[in-house]
Amino acid sequence: MNPQVTAKSLETEKMVLNFGPSHPATHGTLRVIMELDGETVIKATPEIGFLHSGFEKLGEHLDFNQYVTITDRMNYLSPLCNNVAYALSAEKLMNIDVPKRARYIRILMCELSRIADHLLSIGMLAVDIGAFTVFLYGFRLRENIYDLFEAATGTRLTTSYTRIGGLMRDIPEGFETGVAKVLDEVGKVADEIETLLNRNRIWQKRTKGVGVISKENANSYGITGPAARATGVDWDLRIKEPYSDYDEFNFDVVIGVNGDVFDRYLVRMEEIRQSAKICRQVLDKMPGGEVNIDSDSKFVLPPKEDVYNSIEGLIHHFEQIMPNRGMIPPKGESYVATESPNGELGYYIVSDGSRTPYRVRTRPPSLINYSIFSKIMVGGMISDAVAILGSLNVIAGELDR
Amino acid sequence: MAISDLTTRLQEKFQESILDVSEYNGEVSINVKGLVILEILSFLKSDGFNFLVDLTAVDNLTLGGYDRFAVVYHLLSHENVERIVVKAYVPEEKPSLPSVESLWKSANWQEREVYDLYGIEFEGHPNLIRIMNPDEFEGHPLRKDFPRQGREQRKDFPVVERMTRGKRL
Repeated sequence: MNPQVTAKSLETEKMVLNFGPSHPATHGTLRVIMELDGETVIKATPEIGFLHSGFEKLGEHLDFNQYVTITDRMNYLSPLCNNVAYALSAEKLMNIDVPKRARYIRILMCELSRIADHLLSIGMLAVDIGAFTVFLYGFRLRENIYDLFEAATGTRLTTSYTRIGGLMRDIPEGFETGVAKVLDEVGKVADEIETLLNRNRIWQKRTKGVGVISKENANSYGITGPAARATGVDWDLRIKEPYSDYDEFNFDVVIGVNGDVFDRYLVRMEEIRQSAKICRQVLDKMPGGEVNIDSDSKFVLPPKEDVYNSIEGLIHHFEQIMPNRGMIPPKGESYVATESPNGELGYYIVSDGSRTPYRVRTRPPSLINYSIFSKIMVGGMISDAVAILGSLNVIAGELDR
Repeated sequence: MAISDLTTRLQEKFQESILDVSEYNGEVSINVKGLVILEILSFLKSDGFNFLVDLTAVDNLTLGGYDRFAVVYHLLSHENVERIVVKAYVPEEKPSLPSVESLWKSANWQEREVYDLYGIEFEGHPNLIRIMNPDEFEGHPLRKDFPRQGREQRKDFPVVERMTRGKRL
């Protein structure tokens, strides 16, 4: 492990290894230029920007509801969390209070996304390290969750479920029973995965003490989410700054000790269980009523019966969707931070009082969490790079935007 | 309560450097001059705002403001669970301000991003190079006077020449 020891006993030559941009373990287009001494990494320089597609520039040309579709494409493993984060920020800008049912459905969707996201990130971490079974166990359950998303939103990945002032539509009939069925599975799958991994000697050797982030470094590098909580930082926005209606539910914040890959895995595993716990409470307390604010407010589309059966409804509809028509936000700015599966996801929206936002900034947890990579990589082996990348769960779409 | 106390203390300490303090929807933002940003942020850091949440910029070309660019710092206090926004204004000609990388390492990549997309330079940054766009890229895409469709296509892709059996492919 120690590069000095090998250097003394044996003359070695430094080698530069190009990891990526197209590498099976990067799950996206990332490039790391690693300087190696034998198999020990002495310097790792990440190069990003391969997927930069100007989402923030686009946001200045699309109106508030159109931009919801762009948020899907950022973190494509949990698009609903992005939708909700964006909608919350836009609603704060416009001083809109969405109905309670919409807030509850948003929480339900966010927590289901969190389960799906964590299952995938653990599965990917495992498959990169060599445990293929875990990946399949996780994927089977994730598939069931995606079926639920498809039932509610119409699509599996690009959900675009939220609208400013509510949701695209209410959850379909029988959705709650479907969720309950999936939630029963969650505990079982989590147990299965933990049985396979927790006491597995290879897994422990590959993850314990690898990629250690200290508490001080976590705060200095702006690490949030499971990666920060694995270091012992007691910070969960759902508890500390409860947005939406998170303060009405009971759940625990999961905190690790060592801040290594193993602890990040454990934190994610336990968060899956806590998310399932929140989902059950949401199902129990789910209130009735509308999911959108009153359409007289000129923020949401009128009900379809009005549009097809009355001229006023039709005019109202056109007034919302035609070019140069639609909602006009006040001049101002807003930032709402939400706890996405990867960490703090926030949208900073500046409005100049026109129909398109003046500036839409995403606070990308992937980018900021990834910036510590070059620090924790030093002294590790090449194969540790794969484990660290998997445990940070870097999503290229959100990284580069 | 605590925030208004803090802003009065800031105004006492930095006086003219604080342009004004505005509030919208309970979000307090402190508008300051760009050159003193390092001192102001280190004061805020010692005052409990231990976490730099986000660092970005806004081009005030048509919005209006004290200067062309505002570099926006979102700070968070873990202890008091408070947030504050600091906006540092920099002029259009030679936009530059001190880097806060020495206070928070997370500023490193985010300042590079602002440099890349807005062309604002951060003095004292250890590695101020483009992060999203290729190094040869000209212009700064998030500026308001940069067209959405871009200016031109990239022409200088490196050509890799391979030889097989003595023949060029």
